Amino acid sequence: MAEKKGKKEENKDILELFELLTKFQEIELEDVEMEFGDLELWFQPGAAVPASFPKMVPPIAKVKPAKIIEVDFVPPIEQYPGQIVEVTLGATKNQGGTRGKTITIGGEKSPAFYTFENKTSHHPVISLDVFDMKVPLAKAVKMHVKEVMEDPVAWAKLAVDKFGADMITMHIISIDPLLKDTSPKDAANTVENVLQAVNVPLVVGGCGDPKKDAETFELIAEMFAGERLLFSSVTQDMDIEKVATVINKHGHVALSFTPMDLNQARQLNRRLYDFLPKERIIMDTTTAALGYGLDYAFTIMERARLAGLMGDPELQHPMSSGTTNAWAAREAWMEMAPEWDPRELRGPIWEVVTATTLLLAGVDLFMMMHPAAVKTLKNIVTELTSGNRSKVEKIANWVSARL
Amino acid sequence: MSEREVKKGGLKELSPIDVYMLLPKTNCKECGEDNCMAFAAKVVNREVKIEQCPPLLKKENEKAYKQLSEMLKPAVKEVIIGAGDGAYKVGGELVMYRHEFSYFNPTAIAIDVTDEMPDEELLGRVKKTEGFEYVYIGQKLKLNMIAIRSTSNDPEKFKTVVKKVAEGTTLPLILCSFSPEVLEAGIMAIPKQRPLLYAATKDNWKDMAELALMYSCPLAVFAPNDLKLLRSLAKTLIEYGVKDLVLDPGTFVGEGLADTINNFTMLRRAACKRGDELVGFPLIGTPITAWLERGNSPQEIALWNEAYAAGMLINRYADILIVHSTRGWSQLPIVILRQNIYTDPRKPVAVEPGLRTFGTPDENSPVMMTTNFALTYYTVASDIESSGVNGYLIVVDTEGIAVDSAVAGRKLTSDKAAEAIKETKVEEKVKHRKLIIPGKAARLSGEIEELSGWQVLVGPRDSADIPKFLQEKWGKD
Repeated sequence: MAEKKGKKEENKDILELFELLTKFQEIELEDVEMEFGDLELWFQPGAAVPASFPKMVPPIAKVKPAKIIEVDFVPPIEQYPGQIVEVTLGATKNQGGTRGKTITIGGEKSPAFYTFENKTSHHPVISLDVFDMKVPLAKAVKMHVKEVMEDPVAWAKLAVDKFGADMITMHIISIDPLLKDTSPKDAANTVENVLQAVNVPLVVGGCGDPKKDAETFELIAEMFAGERLLFSSVTQDMDIEKVATVINKHGHVALSFTPMDLNQARQLNRRLYDFLPKERIIMDTTTAALGYGLDYAFTIMERARLAGLMGDPELQHPMSSGTTNAWAAREAWMEMAPEWDPRELRGPIWEVVTATTLLLAGVDLFMMMHPAAVKTLKNIVTELTSGNRSKVEKIANWVSARL
Repeated sequence: MSEREVKKGGLKELSPIDVYMLLPKTNCKECGEDNCMAFAAKVVNREVKIEQCPPLLKKENEKAYKQLSEMLKPAVKEVIIGAGDGAYKVGGELVMYRHEFSYFNPTAIAIDVTDEMPDEELLGRVKKTEGFEYVYIGQKLKLNMIAIRSTSNDPEKFKTVVKKVAEGTTLPLILCSFSPEVLEAGIMAIPKQRPLLYAATKDNWKDMAELALMYSCPLAVFAPNDLKLLRSLAKTLIEYGVKDLVLDPGTFVGEGLADTINNFTMLRRAACKRGDELVGFPLIGTPITAWLERGNSPQEIALWNEAYAAGMLINRYADILIVHSTRGWSQLPIVILRQNIYTDPRKPVAVEPGLRTFGTPDENSPVMMTTNFALTYYTVASDIESSGVNGYLIVVDTEGIAVDSAVAGRKLTSDKAAEAIKETKVEEKVKHRKLIIPGKAARLSGEIEELSGWQVLVGPRDSADIPKFLQEKWGKD
């Protein structure tokens, strides 16, 4: 009994933290608006070393400089022959769909957030995972969605209205022959209901069975022609011609998924080019969790992005990451010795660190899970794309600050 | 143009021939290699140091030695903090992107204390930092340094606390104050221990330079969001005679994060791609600034923000980080990320595929299957071992990919599973034909049965549940 109560209270704390995370950020944003004048004031004098600074240093030994030797710092700016293609998801009424807005990603001319070089063309966006049946979820995630776990419509609404999802990934996993083996028609109904319930662009996620997914994608592509859905995912072992042709015919976008291998990524993209224009392809080179292969995922994505910018035409696609995979790490969900507790915080920070690592490698579309992780990543993206805002006086005396 | 273009300027272009040409070419084997060419190849791969060639160190080869040292000099200078056994190397990096070669010295993580903390808190934090350990893929992940901040601005207080901390730990120290008097008092307590002095600024650089020279300490340079000043200070200090610098362009968490990421990135690119020696020094980040101006907000928020900022700076080239957290949940992702990023990408994190035995299995013992990703394997193996189960484990070659990614990416397929059953000859070891596969590979069960003729039992999704699973499911039918 006592233990149960403790757990409940712990949960309450975390919920509060989530609330607080939200509030905290709002306060921060208000501050910025209020202090914008200060910001400008700070920037001009701070930018250069005052020329008159150390004038009265007594002469010492010749070799030792008596005052600061001023040298310049020239930002090391590069030119890149390549650019990432822009891909638009979702279509409004005027464009033949029913979405309230469209989302465009990609278009980068520099590595991720090298904003000293080029502005970020389009902000990375976050799509929240919704499943069409009960799935095993980490406790820290489940506590936020347990009310809606068997109701994809309510789940999608919650994700958009409460968790700030830019998009929804509707995982229609019940079609899996090894699970419920529901029909493509059932899947299409689910997609229809979700499209009606929320007006953000939609990702349609399959079950991972190449045959069943192809068959289901075909029906959904046709039924929701013009919605510019993202089909997740098209893999090497699918009937690519068939799937890519219907995706193209009905104006959708394909997620080209390969297992952490740039050559395979190039190869699959090349095959897709026969049926789809380049700006209808997003690629996913596989996300592994922090501690469980994130180094591979990071490096493959960083290489892909640099190669694309250096002119490799087959890697010039926006990148997507199944960041929810962070929860596959034991350290994200498992009960551990007390010094690593509480897992309600350890889990979502695991997702955040997995996400920020891939954010810095160049990911444009994140498929995520935990609301606090989503919120944090959104705030980080906003900060990274908001231009120069550092207030030197804030940290100038961190050394002697009483924390 | 291709990816190779990006690599230009990195030291990867260095060939063994370039090194060989400057070696004595005596093939004397004193270095332990068969010949000078083999030694040259290892030098280029940074597996050996040129100092391991005795003839090269002779007077007559001085010129060649100097040339080689220059040729092999890393883009980021290696700086040693601390002395003796506890010394820690930072920097020494050759490349900007880890795929261009490898990173070498993992980011040092320092936890702060102040000269106004009550003894119990002070020594408690030191002890906790020193005792931090997490075992991951057979490695012990640790925290590395203590940063002592003077919040009192009182030289005597600082000196006393530095002494106390130094007596309580072997970890290298960072002494933090912008007051040269305070800092000098601190160094006097540990004159031979080579702490990192933090920090020289535009106002105190001269006194700080004198301290660094007098006590042969590395010196940090702090010029928040002002790279021109930072580079000017570096130039000035080098001219002054200070050799080991660490650069701090300021860490802004939240507001100003964009500047922070840009500054770290520009500095490292200038060092690695432009050969700018004035900024070719280790970088220090201070995610601890997430704790400033937090008002009444709960400390979880500061811990949270500090953790993500630390993570981003590990990705973006920080060689030292000062953090305030002593909480496991926010430290763990950081030490694991550091391990991941500093893993040598030239070596797959995989174990040999094949059959492993646990305990003393017999012909009725269970046969389980997993992938050869090192972390998966070690986790599963330790769970089986600790449960005391006697059994076999087939390790499938998934090219070092974990179960779920391997299934999604077709690195673990029914073909591969069936093949592994054959190749490991497990059929000769057991009478039964029942295979337990990972819960995350459930979708393969039917096909494995068809291809191998074995009956497949879908095991738990996590190997921690293997003992329970075996107890409930094994040998019951």
